[in-house]
Amino acid sequence: MKKTYKIEVDCANCANKMEEAAKKTAGVKNATVNFMTLKMIVEFEEGQEPKTVMQEVLKNCKKVEDDCEIFL
Amino acid sequence: MNKKQKKVLIRIIAAAFFVVVFSMLPVDGYLKFGLFMIPYFVISYDILKKAIKGIRNRQVFDENFLMAVATVGAILLGDYKEGVAVMLFYQIGELFQSYAVGKSRKNISELMDIRPDYANIEREGHLEKVDPDEVEIGSMIVVQPGEKIPIDGVVTEGRTTLNTSALTGESLPRDAEPGDEVISGCINMTGVIRIKTTKEFGESAVSKILDLVENSSSKKSKSENFISKFARYYTPAVCCSALALAVLPPLARLFLGASPQWGDWVYRALTFLVISCPCALVISIPLSFFAGIGGASHAGILVKGSNYLETLARTKYVVFDKTGTLTRGIFEVSGIHHNTMEQEKILEFAALTESFSSHPISRSLKQAYGKDLDSSRVSDVEELAGKGVTAKVDGISVAVGNTRLMEYLNLSCKECHQAGTVVHVAIDGAYAGHILISDAVKANSEEAIRQLKKSGIKKTVMLTGDADRAAQQVAADLGVDMVYSELLPADKVTKVEELLNSKSDKEKLAFVGDGINDAPVLSRADIGIAMGALGSDAAIEAADIVLMDDDPLKIVKAIRIARKCLRIVYENIYFAIGIKVICLILGALGIANMWVAIFADVGVMVIAVLNAIRTLFVKKL
Repeated sequence: MKKTYKIEVDCANCANKMEEAAKKTAGVKNATVNFMTLKMIVEFEEGQEPKTVMQEVLKNCKKVEDDCEIFL
Repeated sequence: MNKKQKKVLIRIIAAAFFVVVFSMLPVDGYLKFGLFMIPYFVISYDILKKAIKGIRNRQVFDENFLMAVATVGAILLGDYKEGVAVMLFYQIGELFQSYAVGKSRKNISELMDIRPDYANIEREGHLEKVDPDEVEIGSMIVVQPGEKIPIDGVVTEGRTTLNTSALTGESLPRDAEPGDEVISGCINMTGVIRIKTTKEFGESAVSKILDLVENSSSKKSKSENFISKFARYYTPAVCCSALALAVLPPLARLFLGASPQWGDWVYRALTFLVISCPCALVISIPLSFFAGIGGASHAGILVKGSNYLETLARTKYVVFDKTGTLTRGIFEVSGIHHNTMEQEKILEFAALTESFSSHPISRSLKQAYGKDLDSSRVSDVEELAGKGVTAKVDGISVAVGNTRLMEYLNLSCKECHQAGTVVHVAIDGAYAGHILISDAVKANSEEAIRQLKKSGIKKTVMLTGDADRAAQQVAADLGVDMVYSELLPADKVTKVEELLNSKSDKEKLAFVGDGINDAPVLSRADIGIAMGALGSDAAIEAADIVLMDDDPLKIVKAIRIARKCLRIVYENIYFAIGIKVICLILGALGIANMWVAIFADVGVMVIAVLNAIRTLFVKKL
């Protein structure tokens, strides 16, 4: 399953770091962050609840880039 | 500028003011240090905070950390002015970048501002504005001059001119009258029209296009992936080299008995850190692609991802479907031969005779005649299956049909040497000539093929299900290199696969089709381009690039946009990495000072961003 989320981040490299962090989160099969459109597209693994996974994704993203936001 | 940016701007101005004033004061020692701390903290408190947070979260090597270490180091070495200046210029660079990105975001969303806000529904004689989402299929909506058509439908009342430029990039207005299908997103220019909707808002052209554009970001190009990977290794690598540069040479000198010159080498290491920031690359590459996709969509070319732009730029082979792509897919009278009376007269008789038929051929005859037909002039109509029609027009017997009809009537007829469907006409018992009906080639097809060749396409190929003779003639007219005719839809896939196997991996193959029956080929080719595909869902789904109208010149334009975009991407990669490497070497040798380092960081970024924005301008391509 794929879902798109709006994000808020200031620099392009930070967006890349968020993508890395999201990819490494358990339950996420793949993630793409587009800095230009400020969107994060997350592909979840089978049987994962997007809501709980996204909480983790947000937590991991905050760790790599303090000044970011994902609108869940 | 938004609030955040304004705040940074004020801080920059304040810090710059303090630095200039304090540099002119004749102070020294601790007082000077204390004074310079004021602008330093004004300009860098957020960076320092982020750097500390980064260390706490074990994310050490980011640009905040680099800048913090570089400036604190410079200040400890006593270079107060340079320390503040580095931070100042870094902030100016960041501000510029965020402004430029915000601006191009806005530009592009304005280009794609086709979303209608409301639909007018008539209730009890009043027009009521409702959310287009709430309008059901088959509802009647009213569109006034100046408004956008919110939902796809058929005009039932009123005549007007439509501006389709937001959808197709085509500036020529289109006329619409009762019975015409209209697509959402067009702007109604002259008259009030009533439309019966044929789709829901979510299924209408506008929604589909917006959906496609907004999701175009999910596929990243190789260049983008390369840059994010590069940035990941580059920053730590430069940090380590900076540390080595600060420590190893002095130790070596110490070992050799010379004075270690710690200050000098630490300064060199700090310039290293300032140069190392990867911002220029990391921002300019996605910005170039984004602007390229935005510019293309403004020209009526929808690109589904930046990777497709990359592939399109490498395209060397273009394979066309014939009908509907190079030809109009509409059958028209293309000639009247061996006529014994005026062409107009023959056409009139033929059209009148066929006036009761709904066969595509009779439609083309009527269209070619162009005037209203008075069916009361026609009597005794007889349709002969597989042969044609006989009737009496103004009391004169007329026969319109194929060769078999002429044989049936014992008339000798003349064969046509050109490709197409031949309609023989006999008037008053004598052969009067034949009318040739064929699929007309699009006005721009020949020009498109020529321009493709000119821009370095190695081979153009045409695939068609048509008879070989017709296909060969069209190919010769247009200057297409190769033709494969009499193909079934499945054969087209096989042919494309053959072509794919015969070329080298670096040269890409594009397939262009009108989306009818060729969805499998569209997805099989390296890059599938669907034309005039607003009506066909399967084509939008299967294609990588969608041309909103059916002008073949758009293919050339798409390729040019892609090439320009890629050229700028490579320019930026070589330029940014090149300047940085040169500055790193100069810095290590002690030739480049902090000011050069600032240029290598901020200057390069500003130039790269400005260069990236050039991709947005595609009008003249």
